[in-house]
Amino acid sequence: MSREKILAAVKSNQFSHAELPNVDILDALTASDVSQVKQYTTVATAGGSFVYEVSDFDAIKTILHKEFKAGVKIISGIKELDEYTYAGNVVDELAHSFADVELTILRSFLGVAENGALWLTETQMNVRVLPFISQHLAIVIHQDDLVPAMGQAYAKIGNADYGYGAFISGPSKTADIEQSLVIGAQGPRSLSVFILTT
Amino acid sequence: MSNVTEKSHAELAAAFNKDEPRVDWHDETLWWVRQKRDIQAHKLPEWELLRETASQIKNNVLSNLSGYLEQFEANAIKNGVVVHWAADAAEHNKIVHQLLTERGINRMVKSKSMLTEECHLNEYLKEQGLDVIDSDLGERIVQLAGEPPSHIVLPCIHKKKEEIGDIFHEHLGSAKGESDPKILTETARQHLREVFLTRRAALTGVNFAIAETGEFVICTNEGNADMGAHLAEIHIASMGLEKIIPERKHLGIFLRLLTRSATGQPITTYSSHFKKPQENKQIHIIIVDNGRSIQLGREDFRNSLKCIRCGACMNTCPVYRKSGGHSYHTAIAGPIGSILAPNLDMKKYADLPFASTLCGSCSNVCPVKIDIHDQLYKWRQVIVKEGYTPTAKTIAMKAMAITLSSPALYRSGGKMGRLVFKYAPFAVNNKLNPWYKHREMPKAPEESFGEWYNKRKEGKK
Amino acid sequence: MKVALFVPCYVDQFYPKAAIATLELLEKLGVEVHYPKNQTCCGQPMANSGYEHLTSGCNNLFIDNFSGYDYVVCPSGSCTLHIKEHLHSSENEDKALAIRKRVYELTEFLVDVLKVEHLEARFPYKVGLHNSCHGLRGLKISQMSELVAPAFSKPGQLLNMVQGLELVPLSRQDDCCGFGGTFCVVEEAVSSKMGIDRVEDHIEHGAQYITSADLSCLMHLEGILRRQNSDVKVIHVAEILNHYQP
Repeated sequence: MSREKILAAVKSNQFSHAELPNVDILDALTASDVSQVKQYTTVATAGGSFVYEVSDFDAIKTILHKEFKAGVKIISGIKELDEYTYAGNVVDELAHSFADVELTILRSFLGVAENGALWLTETQMNVRVLPFISQHLAIVIHQDDLVPAMGQAYAKIGNADYGYGAFISGPSKTADIEQSLVIGAQGPRSLSVFILTT
Repeated sequence: MSNVTEKSHAELAAAFNKDEPRVDWHDETLWWVRQKRDIQAHKLPEWELLRETASQIKNNVLSNLSGYLEQFEANAIKNGVVVHWAADAAEHNKIVHQLLTERGINRMVKSKSMLTEECHLNEYLKEQGLDVIDSDLGERIVQLAGEPPSHIVLPCIHKKKEEIGDIFHEHLGSAKGESDPKILTETARQHLREVFLTRRAALTGVNFAIAETGEFVICTNEGNADMGAHLAEIHIASMGLEKIIPERKHLGIFLRLLTRSATGQPITTYSSHFKKPQENKQIHIIIVDNGRSIQLGREDFRNSLKCIRCGACMNTCPVYRKSGGHSYHTAIAGPIGSILAPNLDMKKYADLPFASTLCGSCSNVCPVKIDIHDQLYKWRQVIVKEGYTPTAKTIAMKAMAITLSSPALYRSGGKMGRLVFKYAPFAVNNKLNPWYKHREMPKAPEESFGEWYNKRKEGKK
Repeated sequence: MKVALFVPCYVDQFYPKAAIATLELLEKLGVEVHYPKNQTCCGQPMANSGYEHLTSGCNNLFIDNFSGYDYVVCPSGSCTLHIKEHLHSSENEDKALAIRKRVYELTEFLVDVLKVEHLEARFPYKVGLHNSCHGLRGLKISQMSELVAPAFSKPGQLLNMVQGLELVPLSRQDDCCGFGGTFCVVEEAVSSKMGIDRVEDHIEHGAQYITSADLSCLMHLEGILRRQNSDVKVIHVAEILNHYQP
């Protein structure tokens, strides 16, 4: 069996024990009590996201009505945005059936100011492929759910049990052709982030 | 599709340098990526501590790798993931082949995995009559071109957009002469969406595997790994056994470093954490050794296993920038490739540790502080001792050593002869001397410093 | 203070002016300088080619020549680094260690040991400073552009004491010149291209002279400049610091 052979080879070749370093020092360096909205917005915008500060869900509705024509297929994982197909109701459908979804709206409860990333687990995605297969993606987060850096983000995630989770920091993009940035590679062509401020 | 060749880095680099404007373009493109990395790094005052911490975490991993691998396996199994072990490339490829054929699958979509390049998986599966499509845009481009990637993060950085336009026109039906990156990317998007929706199997690489939880993380900007994995029935994740990190919270260190170092972004668009398979679907992990356990036993070179495949050492390396990835004739080019490859085949890659000026910039940008240039120096010593250098060079070096060990022999050359430098490359007055091709020889002065000093001393007497 | 002057082989043979300037400069600064006359080479040409095991003769000769001094000073970052990192001896390891601790490249000796704050020097030209990799990343005589750390430059600090001298900025402050020992012939194409691009950066920014704490880089850049029939000249940093042009 290769397993035993490999593990034995590794075991005989690894050297004497080296301690894990203290990572708390780094987390202390990035910790901050001030609002992260401004920093988040600057970084996420630079990464190609559209960031809106909104006071309530009605404000989100107004923006969505302006940005997306009536009649396109929109799936919402947020109960307050109830005029669209509710994601919770389509979890049993074949993943491939979402190929024609124009917009998916999901909720995040953890955002990172230093890099614009938003954490979503399968629970918030409802269907794993949704935030990738949609032509466009919108994510709603409360300003109090923004943390300064990745250290605080993983502290918040802790030992949560999920099947799948992802940090999403912008629209799908590539710079593979001569390093020129193109938004809209294989995933969503845009990411709109709505930051609830009340 | 491997770059099977008998030619050395120097010969391939000389060929690359025949087109100087192209070398300039390649050099400037990569230098731009290096500068983007600098901008991101300088935004974090704690950058150097971050690198040191990551390096120490990897030190801990390498000191207890077998324990972490067993822990990772146990947790992954608990999560409902199937774990396979492959001693070498051939076993890895066979496992993939079997997983596909036992399900009657003959077509697979694959996201970026340098390990599968190392294992030459695509060629193997093709020989078995199976079809693989690479879904990362850059990888798809080189796949269509019939070439290996020239860079681990920027696979087609050696290609101009006009050349990509021609490839897409031929294979994907884009308009003749179209070279706008936006339009070419859209063409690939349409083509790959069709692929994602029709493939029952998806293979991905692994950026990090967490022992504590049994989950693994994949980082992409395009979302192609997720598109493939979430739509397929079976997700095969191939990982080198050094990809382990102890705890989930350590991702908070590595994800801060990886993309800042790689492309100068604060993080990739997607950092996907795969822990359990979806209902009625499967995740299989293949843990691959392929020489890694041997490298672990090489005290001088084991740190190379800390590599997180960011490519920063390539972007900063002046030799890489001015010779192109293909001149390294191995899956992983550049400085890191040059310290990894000799472990796999010392004879075939004996030239690579010498494809460097030992300038040390690679070690300075490395996010896990691998002493790359010191290892290049050390590989040179090993390669010479193992007898993989030309006899003529050894004879010259021995003669040089004898001359330089003897003050009398050293001085006997006199001011015209300069015998000492019979073996010094820049001083051989010979049309065949490569130095002379682009450079003048240094002018021999009237007297050496030693001679001047003796005269001064006598004058003082 | 007993200081030994270590003049690397190629400096001795091809660039005696740099060694003379080093000697005169140190003497001007009140240092008693000895030149051990049986010195040859640090052994780096063999070692960097993978033949470190052939350098024991060189090493023992080096130890014979340079033991017993307070400092060993050398006008070449590369050779200094080689001694610092690789001088060993199976017979006299303690002596080798003593030398490894006491060997200094000239500009770091001037700044760190002599703590020079003023120089009687005048050199009214535009000068580009080439950071040699071994001086920079090996001896750390300047800050490296890759690191997130405060900027400094020991040779730059000294050059700024020279009247009339204008240091020109460069697009790439510490890209390698491509010399690399035997790399310059083994990888002729890349080596030359690296040198050509370095020279171009200095010329674009108006340098009349290219200086460095390492002559091996300057020898490479000079070879290229002369092939191009350029008016731009190379000059070792010691020659500038020891220069007084009214």
